[in-house]
Amino acid sequence: MNPAVVAFVALFRRDLLLAMRRRGDMANPLIFFVMVVSIFPLALGGDPRLLAAVAPGVVWVAALLAALMSMDALFREDFADGSLEQMLLSPCPHSVLVGARVLAHWLLTGLPLVLLAPLLALLLNLPTEAMPALLLSLLLGTPVLSLVGAIGVALTVGLRRGGMLLALLMLPLYIPVLIFGAGAVEYAASGQPWTAPVLFLAAILALAVTLAPPAAAAALRVTMGE
Amino acid sequence: MFRYLHEWGSPPVFYARAGRWQRGLWALSALLMLAGLWGGLVLAPVDYEQGEVYRIIYIHVPAAWVAMFAYVVMATTGAIGLIWRLKVAEVITSAGARVGASFTLLALATGAIWGQPTWGTWWVWDARLTSVLVLLFLYLGFIALENAIEDRRSAARACAILALVGVVNIPIIHFSVYWWNTLHQGPTVARLSAPAIHISMLVPLLLMALGSMLFYAGALLSWARALMLERERSSRWAAREVNT
Amino acid sequence: MTVAADPRLEVRGLTAWRDDRELFHALSFTLEPGAIAHIEGPNGAGKTTLLRMLCGLLSPAAGEILWAGQAMSRCAGDYARALGYVGHVDALKLDLTPTENLRVASALAGRPASTAAVEAALGYAGLRGFEDVPARQLSAGQRRRAALARLQLQGALLWVLDEPLTALDVSGRAWVEATISDHAEAGGMVVLTTHQPMALARRREVTRIALEVAL
Repeated sequence: MNPAVVAFVALFRRDLLLAMRRRGDMANPLIFFVMVVSIFPLALGGDPRLLAAVAPGVVWVAALLAALMSMDALFREDFADGSLEQMLLSPCPHSVLVGARVLAHWLLTGLPLVLLAPLLALLLNLPTEAMPALLLSLLLGTPVLSLVGAIGVALTVGLRRGGMLLALLMLPLYIPVLIFGAGAVEYAASGQPWTAPVLFLAAILALAVTLAPPAAAAALRVTMGE
Repeated sequence: MFRYLHEWGSPPVFYARAGRWQRGLWALSALLMLAGLWGGLVLAPVDYEQGEVYRIIYIHVPAAWVAMFAYVVMATTGAIGLIWRLKVAEVITSAGARVGASFTLLALATGAIWGQPTWGTWWVWDARLTSVLVLLFLYLGFIALENAIEDRRSAARACAILALVGVVNIPIIHFSVYWWNTLHQGPTVARLSAPAIHISMLVPLLLMALGSMLFYAGALLSWARALMLERERSSRWAAREVNT
Repeated sequence: MTVAADPRLEVRGLTAWRDDRELFHALSFTLEPGAIAHIEGPNGAGKTTLLRMLCGLLSPAAGEILWAGQAMSRCAGDYARALGYVGHVDALKLDLTPTENLRVASALAGRPASTAAVEAALGYAGLRGFEDVPARQLSAGQRRRAALARLQLQGALLWVLDEPLTALDVSGRAWVEATISDHAEAGGMVVLTTHQPMALARRREVTRIALEVAL
């Protein structure tokens, strides 16, 4: 088998194994997601009509923030324990290795967020017709958040107070995903066809899959060369 | 010709030449802007819908154009610095972020000032203003990253990557913001620049745009010179420049 | 261990800067198979910087590094396969066992190893019985042993070691020195830094490269 494929599989399996050994950490982004969604009714009041109106935006913003908060874990620990250096010394293409890590990270944090979202949407009284749009838009959108986020984490990996900086760098880049994601849910909730925004999300995902791993790998080479 | 361009890559040559260019650019820019302001504020007729208020477009529209253009320039010089490791390209990129952010801020401020009498509110989530706001966020992220990285060399390289990621995203962001605007159709408001504009209004606008562009280029070189002097402070030529 | 046609490391006129300060200037040396280079110098002289340049993690301000007569950038894949690096930290995932760690590391190096091969390497490193213990429970010396076992398993020809003797007791130090010595004996190359006096200096010919703190 191609050594790059072997390395991809090995890194991917390692990350799943590490997550299994520390199952407690996996729940944190999910708890954050639930908490952010639940503070909105506390701030806005419990009027079901108002909540239904803001639900698409609130669920999407909360999912985006939870994904952003979880990004930190992608490279920071590897940076501290020297694994990141070893990854860059590998003869295999670094973008493939970055891809393996992002895929594992998304499966462990992004996918659970997607699966939890309908439950939270129910809390906010989102019409059930909008659920397929919510699931599909998050399914296509959260991998983009992970892929683009990987570039940001790579750029800030060695820095103190990198967390706040990461948010500053990433939020403007997350805007299109948020707009199309929340837009799709809103269309669906008001009974309009919602394929267009979902297709835009799919196009953005295709672009991110091709461009983000090499960009993140290049960023890692720059920030590790300090 | 090639040799001339090649020489620009040397910090002392850049410092000296940029100093000369900067004066020329500013002189020409002042000339164009004076003509543009005369044409725009005195000669151009009053808009029959908006009255005198519309005249702020002579600042607002050029500022918004330069703000956008400056980001593309920044990404281009960033890529040049990344590939050929040119110090000159690195300082121009870094200077470009500051100058670009200033123009973006100017565009936002003039947009708000125009919005007050026109819409009756300082801020409207109009597609154009919103995408300029996002552009400001992109500039601020660049500057924040640059400030956070200690080593100048790797700061420049990391920021160049960020600028390239940003420049790929700008068309997507614009498209999404315009799409979002049609999704949430608010009250129909007058656009900041009318689609059909009379020639007596257009000529001063173009003069102002060209003048702003040259002013931007001058400010870019001026800022880049200062950054270059700081970066090269331990070299002999920099010490000579400071002492004379 | 796979051997390139002419496996030698050449450093020509290497210069490094940190901020405004020149760390070292026009450094040149050559390393043949079987040779050990000991980089000496006080803190801040640029020892780690030099090692990271040899790994290609940092790019020099001037000069070049050649592997088998070719510039490092030209033979990046070959060089990466020949190179093994142990930095200040041992690059072990503390929640994984040494076996799991080494299997991933060998796959990353482009030479996936079987569990049997990994266990043999760990046995050689004196970690028999610790194969399935999380690395968190290993001592500093055992972790260093696992890190060096990684280099052997990866089949690295050129070992670049940053302070391999720190935090080790007497027997740990003796084992690391013996392993380095054996590697050179078998035709490998080693570049290392250390503050500790090394016994292997007496056993093998060691090139000393002295770095100074420049003002």
